[in-house]
Amino acid sequence: MSDLVLLRNIQNPEAPEVAVYESTGGYEGLRNVLRGYTPDQVVEAVKSSSLRGRGGAGFPTGLKWSFVPKDSGKPHYLCCNADEGEPGTFKDRILMERDPHQLIEGMVIAAYAIGANTAYLYIRGEYGLSIRRCEQAIAEAYAKGYLGKDILGSGFDLDIHIHKGAGAYICGEETALLESIEGKRGQPKLKPPFPAVAGLYECPTVVNNVETLACLPHLFRRGVEWFTSMGPKDGPGPKLFCFSGHVKKPGVYEAPMGLPLGEMLEVYGGGALSGRFKAAIPGGVSAPMFPENGFDVKMDFSSLAEAGSMLGSAGVIGLDESASIPRVARRITEFFSHESCGKCTPCREGLTWAAKILRRIEAGEGSPGDVEQLEMLCGSIFGKSFCALGDGAAWSLGAALKHFRHEFEALIPAQAQPVQEMRLW
Amino acid sequence: MSDDRTVAGIKTALAAQVQEAAARYPANRSAIMPALELAQTKFGSVDGTTYQAIAELLDVPEIWVFEVASFYTLFDRAKAGRYHLRLCTNISCMLRGAEEMLLELQRHLAVQDGGTTADRLFSLSGVECLGACDKAPVLMVNEDYIEDITPAKLEALLAALKREWQEQSAEEGAA
Ligand SMILES: Cc1cc2nc3c(=O)[nH]c(=O)nc-3n(C[C@H](O)[C@H](O)[C@H](O)COP(=O)(O)O)c2cc1C
Ligand code: SF4
Ligand code: FES
Repeated sequence: MSDLVLLRNIQNPEAPEVAVYESTGGYEGLRNVLRGYTPDQVVEAVKSSSLRGRGGAGFPTGLKWSFVPKDSGKPHYLCCNADEGEPGTFKDRILMERDPHQLIEGMVIAAYAIGANTAYLYIRGEYGLSIRRCEQAIAEAYAKGYLGKDILGSGFDLDIHIHKGAGAYICGEETALLESIEGKRGQPKLKPPFPAVAGLYECPTVVNNVETLACLPHLFRRGVEWFTSMGPKDGPGPKLFCFSGHVKKPGVYEAPMGLPLGEMLEVYGGGALSGRFKAAIPGGVSAPMFPENGFDVKMDFSSLAEAGSMLGSAGVIGLDESASIPRVARRITEFFSHESCGKCTPCREGLTWAAKILRRIEAGEGSPGDVEQLEMLCGSIFGKSFCALGDGAAWSLGAALKHFRHEFEALIPAQAQPVQEMRLW
Repeated sequence: MSDDRTVAGIKTALAAQVQEAAARYPANRSAIMPALELAQTKFGSVDGTTYQAIAELLDVPEIWVFEVASFYTLFDRAKAGRYHLRLCTNISCMLRGAEEMLLELQRHLAVQDGGTTADRLFSLSGVECLGACDKAPVLMVNEDYIEDITPAKLEALLAALKREWQEQSAEEGAA
């Protein structure tokens, strides 16, 4: 497994120490950047690498950076999104716990590119070990001159501060994350203006995921050509996948993008826990599931989007024959309903209602028309929510209803009377 | 844990660390979350007196502090038991039996989800994904992750925590 990139230090318990990190080529990418690139050249290199964000939306990273104005006259900020809360996702935690300098180096490169002298690393509060490891790595990086004033004699200054989350999935949404750093409730804000123009404290801000930033040291150590040689042309580079649920070998794996879902479930996930797979979720619970007959879909940004789902957080959740899809859908909908920030009606009311219907179906107390009611609700939430939480909830529920309608209907007693409900909007 | 939970007592206990936190941001309001976390670590929970103390330390309206404290689930507004058990029941843990385990824990401890035992030893909450789905089902005991839990592992864990508490109370009694 010598060709691992992001996980190359994963088996080395001493990798969190700066000297060990340096001995594997660590901080060479940063040295190259500070010696040989202007900030604009860094942005251009990232653009030509076609690196796409690993946080869920797959937005081109270089393009995002290029939206930061050059002469705003305000401070610029970099925020690293380490709020990892998408069920089925645990790759950022592994990156922070096992190789924190890889992230810190990536943050310095990104901050240099966008002209930020202050960066915040937003880590979810439950990740105690990640927080400690990153604190330690930041302290070491200051001591070694990779952070602070005049980094490696380049004249560039950067401070990184950790901001701990406190248990709110919605703070992973970038505008909510910025609100949270400002000391407010984590509720999404209207875009535009986009954070690149008016983000943290109304200043130009870039928000990037941990894994996105962790790609940068390698990109600038080994070059754009090397980077684009890995995986699909329109979104290449190293990629982490998380396997959980009904798989024999749950864990985080680094793999090229573009392999079929079914093959990945066998090769990396180790196959179904019992019997055969019935379905799988490809990218965290916001991503619509595929039934087994759709397992030939390729695991990359574009192929999954074309197939009506998304790579999302690359949290692959296997569901074998023993899984009840109505139960899975109920639990996922309860999650979204619970984490809804309450700002907009379709998500707040619609998900509460959908969860209620799903609970009664599961309890064998559903009524004829409940499945149609759920479909109606999905239609009223999707595309009408203020942020992608509501959209993702409706999108993924819709797929469960579409592919496994029979399982929902089978739970509804034949003689039940339809329930009359009021429409809320 | 400190005991002087008057506004003055809390301010004295937290002043230095809250100022240190505030220095990391261009606006004092940003230090509300860190200040609440510091208060919770010191006093075990946060309440109206805490909000007032933090508001005074940071020179921000008290409602700003309350808004934050009530939005984020990791802030305990009621004092939890000595051991706060947070069991993930989200999808990957559910697929490996977490919902049944939560029911079992409720029966065993005779508390509801979100409740605290009469002896204030255990609080129990079913929670959302803890980001350790490869080790499902997962439980947090205060700040620590306990992974790959089984009914037998749970039983042993509860017994060990009870023993730890009995030993500590015996020591405290002797001291
Ligand atoms: C409800 C919701 C939760 C999100 N959670 C996360 C998260 O935990 N981590 C993350 O990096 N991005 C998350 N995102 C995506 C972010 O809004 C943002 O697109 C991302 O951090 C940008 O980083 P990237 O361009 O490097 O992917 C979430 C989005 C939504 C709508
Ligand atoms: S979609 Fe949900 S989470 Fe997003 S703003 Fe609306 S209520 Fe809040
Ligand atoms: S679903 Fe339980 S830790 Fe992720």
